[in-house]
Amino acid sequence: MNCAGVMRRVSSYIDGDLEATVIEEVKLHLKTCQECTLLVQQTTLTVKLYYDSDLVDYPQEAQVRLHETLRRKIRGDRK
Amino acid sequence: MYCATLAVRSIQPGLLAHLAKAPTLSSTNPHRLPSSVAREDEHLLVAAAKGGDAGAFEELVNRYERKIFRLTMNITRNREDAEDAMQDAFMKAFSHLDRFHEESRFYTWLVRIAANEALMRLRKRRPNQFSLDEPIESEDDFVPQQIEDWGPSPEQRFAQTEMRDILRGVIEELPHDFRIVFLLRDVEGLSTEETAGAVGISEAAVKSRLLRARLKLRKKLDTRFRQDGKH
Repeated sequence: MNCAGVMRRVSSYIDGDLEATVIEEVKLHLKTCQECTLLVQQTTLTVKLYYDSDLVDYPQEAQVRLHETLRRKIRGDRK
Repeated sequence: MYCATLAVRSIQPGLLAHLAKAPTLSSTNPHRLPSSVAREDEHLLVAAAKGGDAGAFEELVNRYERKIFRLTMNITRNREDAEDAMQDAFMKAFSHLDRFHEESRFYTWLVRIAANEALMRLRKRRPNQFSLDEPIESEDDFVPQQIEDWGPSPEQRFAQTEMRDILRGVIEELPHDFRIVFLLRDVEGLSTEETAGAVGISEAAVKSRLLRARLKLRKKLDTRFRQDGKH
């Protein structure tokens, strides 16, 4: 496998969503390619950074409005 | 908040005891969502809510409202639309609880509803900027490039707020099609199949968009980390 092949599979490789033989081919390439090793590491870190991040604040007013709306809805449905 | 108290008061005592024993969360696995706790007790809350226990439904709302707002906000990038989409998602979930047959987790079902609500608003506001069609494949994403080490861990190099700004700025630059798939898969933790169902595209398209979204984000972060790391 060459560098372009790793690039096309890096996402599935991270997810473990490749055939065992293909995983071995990727691993074999990574042993000798520093650039692709960095690509895999940095792509993995990219996913992790976003997973761990909380980019949006949840405004309290939105929370209050949601609960008021739901409370009205629940009351209304029960009538 | 009224609802947390109300929820606790009206849930069955047995259910509360079960919730109290639930294990704590781990935040290390990027594809663990929403939590092991939720998966274990969610069905009890759903069953209670289906049986007319408003407190149980409120507990589900309390549990997921922040995540659902994050999702609708990330998709619409408009505060008003995000709030409307979140409200409508919970209202629909409540109204259609009887149609939820627990083939999936409640959270996944809720995310699908919320994603649909948010996408509907996005399409209405930007009809020409979002399509379900496969985006034109750009070979540029796959051209091997010189990749440099990011050096000491970016998580340690940048303050939390600074990192948040970088991540937010970078994801905003992604085209909608890629951003939405990335958000559902890598931020909300949906499976490929669930993401495909929520967006209305094939699983192959999800994988293709996710690959390109991740590659684009890595590349953009690379620029930012090396640029901002120099000062």
